[in-house]
Amino acid sequence: MTDVRRVEAPPPPVSEEDAADLSAVDLRIDLGGVTLANPITTASGCFASGSEIDRFFDISVLGALVVKSITLEPREGLPTPRMAETPSGMLNAIGLQNPGVDRWIAKDLAWLQGKDVPVIVSIAGKSVDDFRQVAAKLRGRAGIVGVEVNLSCPNVEHRGLVFACAADPAGEVIRAVRRELPDLPIFGKLTPDVTDITAIARAVVDAGATGLSLINTTLGMAIDPETGRPRLANTYGGLSGPAIRPIAIRAVHQVHTALPDVPLIGMGGIRTVEDVVEIVRAGATAVAIGTATFADPFVTQQLVTDLRRWMAVRGFSRMDELRGKVFPRV
Amino acid sequence: MKPTLHNRKTMVLGRPNGDTPVRAACEIIARRREGAYWTVSLSAPDIAERAHPGQFVNVAVSGPGTLLRRPFSISRVSRQGPAAGTVDFVFDAHGPGTGWLADRTAHDVLDVVGPLGNPFPLPRQKVSCLLVGGGYGVAPLFFLAEELRREGLRVDMIVGAATHERIFNAIEAKRITASVTFTTDDGSFGEEGRVTDVLEQVAKDCGTGVVYACGPMPMLRAVAEQCQELELPSQIATEEHMACGVGVCWTCVIPTRTKDGSVRMKRSCIDGPVFNGARIAWENSRWEVGGPLVTGADQPIEEPPPRPTDDELWGNA
Ligand SMILES: Cc1cc2nc3c(=O)[nH]c(=O)nc-3n(C[C@H](O)[C@H](O)[C@H](O)COP(=O)(O)OP(=O)(O)OC[C@H]3O[C@@H](n4cnc5c(N)ncnc54)[C@H](O)[C@@H]3O)c2cc1C
Ligand SMILES: Cc1cc2nc3c(=O)[nH]c(=O)nc-3n(C[C@H](O)[C@H](O)[C@H](O)COP(=O)(O)O)c2cc1C
Ligand code: FES
Repeated sequence: MTDVRRVEAPPPPVSEEDAADLSAVDLRIDLGGVTLANPITTASGCFASGSEIDRFFDISVLGALVVKSITLEPREGLPTPRMAETPSGMLNAIGLQNPGVDRWIAKDLAWLQGKDVPVIVSIAGKSVDDFRQVAAKLRGRAGIVGVEVNLSCPNVEHRGLVFACAADPAGEVIRAVRRELPDLPIFGKLTPDVTDITAIARAVVDAGATGLSLINTTLGMAIDPETGRPRLANTYGGLSGPAIRPIAIRAVHQVHTALPDVPLIGMGGIRTVEDVVEIVRAGATAVAIGTATFADPFVTQQLVTDLRRWMAVRGFSRMDELRGKVFPRV
Repeated sequence: MKPTLHNRKTMVLGRPNGDTPVRAACEIIARRREGAYWTVSLSAPDIAERAHPGQFVNVAVSGPGTLLRRPFSISRVSRQGPAAGTVDFVFDAHGPGTGWLADRTAHDVLDVVGPLGNPFPLPRQKVSCLLVGGGYGVAPLFFLAEELRREGLRVDMIVGAATHERIFNAIEAKRITASVTFTTDDGSFGEEGRVTDVLEQVAKDCGTGVVYACGPMPMLRAVAEQCQELELPSQIATEEHMACGVGVCWTCVIPTRTKDGSVRMKRSCIDGPVFNGARIAWENSRWEVGGPLVTGADQPIEEPPPRPTDDELWGNA
């Protein structure tokens, strides 16, 4: 068995690169009171609970790991096909398949606790009480530095309307989770499929969220022109990937402008270091990578390296020097 | 990310232990047309070293707006000799991704992740193995046949396709098997009909103890269900749309039945693509069996030889 050669991609032939002092760059961020080694995290549902990608590289290089949304009961999810590729994006309709919070704690969290990586647990539910019960089970567990509340779930008590589409139910969920987890950073995850995302953002923060995660996928559909059938078994699905990046940049910028002190986990089509810098400039504190991991399992690891180099070459030394830095066009 | 890798011929990323997949820049050593299909040979020593039959590679493709890799079963690896360190796969060019691949030539470099998925389990007992392949699904069975023969097991094959042109490499099928039966839907080669029309007779003639199958999903359903009727253990290499291929997105699930009878959606990229045919909950899947299943099913089978059970064959898998 030959050892795998670990060959770094060659640095581009720019002379300043060699002179750049990588050690002068401090990638650390403060995310709602928690210090992370760097801003690169994973988007929920795009990194499972870490062990699959840990086969490729040591996931402890990541700033934090946001796991796939966990519900109170196990869920088997929707029938297939669950995905369809679209121009520069993909549609998915998974239906929150997960082992349920008890089995997740016993198996996946136990594995993660043996890894030196801060964990943010994404939680989902059909009712306010579902969210509350999942949150209660997470209280006091080692390794968990935060909870992300997936508000893009249909509310069965409210005609199946998605929680994050209205301020009141979204706030109610956050208040319930906050009561169970008084000391943990809580991030409300928002959908871009609303008229005014800043109104929902404000309601979620007022209800006790530490910060916000945006954006979730935006609802889409694809039809096979030959058969006339929807490409997804579920008819509609969430669009992700580079196709939605401008929507993500807009949403992060709007919310950061309205609520400049609230920490944001920005995501939506982020793939390259330039994309990372773009969403940080829009106002993100941390950056989550979703669909890009499907095309390249190493992309998150690569982005930590690339971000340090990008900043060093340009003389930036801290993330604060970039966050929210959008200048008026002259 | 793609450009850095496409420009280099030697880049490999991954962990230096033997059972994990890697991402490698792989030079195309050769590319040839075989009937309706393309065969590509890649220089991929790290993947060749780790690969087993039934596993697949996930290949980055280019093209306007394409984002996701395309999965292909490994059809052969060479670990010794002049072609050492090569990995082959066979594909049918029909869409944007496979169309782009068909336009590559020798010395082009592909960005490949692999080997991925669980391989075909090899029987722990001396049994006679029947390999049933449809279309390009025959290709990975050649890799399996080599391994089974190395274990000293008898290998028979049923090779099916729509037309003669779509029968993959009939010569190789004859070379590596004790017997091979061809079927085509239009009768242009071998017997007219489907693989399941001849399966029962072939299994009887060959004293088959276990069936392996790879091909289109409706064919796989027909084969698996027939094997269950005949009480033949089967191992089925499935194909479901995959976004990541590495176990993180949950798009590629196959409904399977647990021992207590409940249905679980298993990720075919990491818990499969090979599943025990008797465990797949086909009635919960979207695949229908097309055409007549078994002909002459009303003829009584005389004294079938005792069949080994799943537990005897694979242990408590
Ligand atoms: C485990 C596995 C092994 C495979 N092995 C082979 C092989 O050895 N040779 C071969 O020719 N093909 C194989 N396939 C099918 C192959 O991946 C598809 O034909 C290919 O992805 C089509 O891409 P496209 O862009 O040309 O076509 P399109 O049909 O336009 O593809 C559009 C999308 O659908 C997906 N897709 C389309 N057909 C399939 C399919 N049958 N299975 C899974 N996803 C599909 C594509 O990945 C892509 O995301 C395998 C698939 C799987 C899951
Ligand atoms: C296959 C898939 C599964 C997802 N599952 C979840 C989930 O369980 N919970 C959640 O909050 N978001 C989920 N998302 C949304 C992502 O976390 C992310 O918000 C979105 O995909 C945009 O980022 P991207 O373009 O980088 O993928 C999922 C996305 C995809 C593509
Ligand atoms: S393809 Fe992503 S989990 Fe299988």
